[in-house]
Amino acid sequence: MMALHKYLIMNTLCYPILSIVIFLPLAGAILLLFMRGERSIKMTALITSAINFPLSLIIYSGFDIGTEKFQFGEFAPWIPAYNINYVLGIDGITIFLILLTTLLAPLCILCSWTAIERRVKEFMFCILIMETAMIGVFCALDFILFYVFWEAMLIPMYLLIAIWGGPNKDYASIKFFIYTLFGSVFLLVAIIAVYLTTGTFSIPDAMFRDYGFSFQLWVFLAFAIAFAIKVPMFPFHTWLPAAHTEAPTAGSVFLASVLLKMGTYGFLRFCLPITPKASVFFGPYMIALSVIGIIYGGFVCLSQTDMKKLIAYSSVAHMGFATLGIFSFTVFGWEGALLQMLNHGVTTGALFLCVGIVYERTHSREIYDNAGLGKIMPAYVGFFGLFSISSFAFPGTNNFVGELYVLIGIFSQSKLAGFFSIVGALLAAAYMLRLLKQIVWGREDKREIADMKAREVIYLLPLALFVVWMGLFPRPFVQVIEKTLMNLHSQMNIFLR
Amino acid sequence: MILPELSTLIFSIVFLFLSLGKKKDSAALLAKPLSIIILGISLAGILANGELFSGAYRIDLFSQIFKAVIAYGFCLVIFMLDRQNEIEEAYFPEYIMFLGFSALGLMMLVSSVELISIVIALEVSSYSLYVIIPLRKGQTTVQIEASVKYLFFGAISTGIMLFGMSYIYGIAKSTFLSDILKVLPGVMNQPIGVFALILTLTGFFFKLSLFPMHFWAPDIYEGASNTTTTFIATVPKIGAAALLIRMTMLASASGAQLVNILIVLAAVSMTLGNLVGLVQKDIKRLLAYSGIAHAGYLLMGVLALSKDGYAAAIYYITIYLFMNLACFYVLVLLSKDGKNVVLDDLVGLSRRAPLLAFTLAVGAFSLAGIPPTGGFTGKLFLFMSAFREGHLAIVIIGAVNTAISIFYYLNLVRMSYSKEVESADPIQLTFNEKALCYIFIFLVLYMGIVPFGLLDIFRLAV
Repeated sequence: MMALHKYLIMNTLCYPILSIVIFLPLAGAILLLFMRGERSIKMTALITSAINFPLSLIIYSGFDIGTEKFQFGEFAPWIPAYNINYVLGIDGITIFLILLTTLLAPLCILCSWTAIERRVKEFMFCILIMETAMIGVFCALDFILFYVFWEAMLIPMYLLIAIWGGPNKDYASIKFFIYTLFGSVFLLVAIIAVYLTTGTFSIPDAMFRDYGFSFQLWVFLAFAIAFAIKVPMFPFHTWLPAAHTEAPTAGSVFLASVLLKMGTYGFLRFCLPITPKASVFFGPYMIALSVIGIIYGGFVCLSQTDMKKLIAYSSVAHMGFATLGIFSFTVFGWEGALLQMLNHGVTTGALFLCVGIVYERTHSREIYDNAGLGKIMPAYVGFFGLFSISSFAFPGTNNFVGELYVLIGIFSQSKLAGFFSIVGALLAAAYMLRLLKQIVWGREDKREIADMKAREVIYLLPLALFVVWMGLFPRPFVQVIEKTLMNLHSQMNIFLR
Repeated sequence: MILPELSTLIFSIVFLFLSLGKKKDSAALLAKPLSIIILGISLAGILANGELFSGAYRIDLFSQIFKAVIAYGFCLVIFMLDRQNEIEEAYFPEYIMFLGFSALGLMMLVSSVELISIVIALEVSSYSLYVIIPLRKGQTTVQIEASVKYLFFGAISTGIMLFGMSYIYGIAKSTFLSDILKVLPGVMNQPIGVFALILTLTGFFFKLSLFPMHFWAPDIYEGASNTTTTFIATVPKIGAAALLIRMTMLASASGAQLVNILIVLAAVSMTLGNLVGLVQKDIKRLLAYSGIAHAGYLLMGVLALSKDGYAAAIYYITIYLFMNLACFYVLVLLSKDGKNVVLDDLVGLSRRAPLLAFTLAVGAFSLAGIPPTGGFTGKLFLFMSAFREGHLAIVIIGAVNTAISIFYYLNLVRMSYSKEVESADPIQLTFNEKALCYIFIFLVLYMGIVPFGLLDIFRLAV
């Protein structure tokens, strides 16, 4: 308990805000079990998740940007026999990821309002459980707590794909599950190894210790497999297109926007501070894989005819930028990586929502079937255009800021990697513009397709605002994450010397 | 002091008389309250302490905990008999009687600290099972084949065990574990010590269906009736785990040779179980191979030869009881006319009976070891205790196995959730059945999320 205060500022509010934000959706989910009537179920789920977002804004408003310690800390013993505790806390790395999650959850519920026709109760139940687990992953400062949340996410996600997914859901869901579980098992072994060396399951306690080099190598590899699968980095990405394509819209959004971030979050939170030497040792390989991912993802995107698949592969490329930033080992790179994670969450999430909107009308994800919407759905095309140009990092949109930071970071380390990632960024423009052109002008014939409803505008609007805000005025975001990353950098340098 | 055993004995005798009488239908009604009484008595007697029969029979926290768990498992199995339609009405009281005797034998087993009484207790529990395996309606020869196999394998393993015990007696010149403990660690680095202990343990390996004594499991699971399998797959394993822990305690710190052998057995057992499990179609066979794999996991706690490891093993066998019962219960309810359930029968289960599908999912995820279920927590403790003693290899093998096994456990869930059917006639569940399902779900999740109370008790016991 005493050691905690070195790195954890306890919560000074009179209520455990992090626990509330984590477990409110769970409470809502349990409440759902006793309810009947589709409408009331949907409303309950929506209200629960909608309350959660302002609650998480309380965290944001109370967040102290002047400290590198974890904030809003909570502590309770859990399994004393093994020194496993219930420790929560957030820092600059996690604050926006939590906000992103709480923002997306109500949007996901809104976008499933009519798209999900059967087993609504179970669907909303899964969504809310997912929210609890995702926020929990970002808040947990205890390895076992982290692992429990990390794995607990798998089951509802699996069910989301397996029950409400597309025609090929069976294959996609099982591949997703087995791939991810395979990675997590090694994560567990690494966690136990760290525990037996340090005698603690506390994540901050395990950071920046003088582990032996070979120990670091093995632990890094075990961590890296788990996180690389989650990101996903080339060549572990094959589960992603399948899962993304088959999942219902809400599932795709959660997958793309939050689940993928957990991989990069893991790299930042575990690999760099716990195994700094091994991270630097494997750095070039990770950079190489990231660059391959960026270029490979770009080329594969060029040949896709399925909108969801295209966006899924573009995720591989975008997340490549995030890992590239992380393994540039510069503050700029890390800031870029974090922004990229956030931006990708918003932009790709929004693109999946867009696909969902058009899918509800045409029941097809093929680009050709949905082409030429420019005159039929002007409002829709407006949103779609904004998110597309944001996706290939058009200046003035959010992704530009993130990629710029990453490129600055990587160019200071390796010109070659920088050059190739520029090529990747160009490819992004090529495939996104191709998609955009098809959707807007692709076909001449007139069809009867209704434009967006108010509900759909409501859930795209916040994301669109974010795209522009972040693109034009990124300073407030950078400011919040800066201190944590500077601290990480200086600590790492001490240990690398 | 021996109230749990006495009450189980009385339970069995009551059904002995019932089986002599004419009124057979009252059996099921009577069994439930009586089994609850047994459970209550076992829980009440958990702090009892003492020795009987000049030290051959010890009652301590260790044995009382195991008795309570056995009583709990027994009680749950009795409650699961509700919808049984596999056993002839006429034999039903006898069936319950033999279940009772088997539980009695196991309760005696966990208290025995002397070789002869161990053998006797083990045989009491086994003989009852030999009798009830063929009790199955409507099948032709499978159940007979199963029972003969079980009998022969049981006899052989008992023979090997007795052979090992004769070595132990030869070394220690006593049949009391307390005397053996003084002598055996001294010879544990010699072949005779290792051989004696391994051969003796074989009897319990058989009950646990651990490699190389696993051959019986799939056939007997398949051949015996669903309810019988439920019992065989869960309750006797608790007794065997208890004795496995008791016997390996004899080796204490000087058991490096023994540990190496156990590591190999554990590794082969879990790998074999999981790999063969991948291709099973009959769910009972699948769970049999899963049981073989789990015996391997369990051994990880035992081979740590540490307090933590033993506590982890007890924790694991307890959660294994609950999650396995949960899976089997779904099978019992699903089975039409007492037939075996194959994977394809699960299709559309989440439509036909959402609660059953959920119970099965919780059980399967727990068997696979996914948080927040108890299976994960138990496995975590096992991994940690083995890792702490430096057995890195077995931990990694265990981890890889977890990843392999997920496929067939997930298959259970996949079949019931993601496969669609056109005609889905719902399965009606009675209040009792629903309640039992909720109890299983609760227990599995409880042991996953709130492990501290139980774990502390288990650590006190070893």
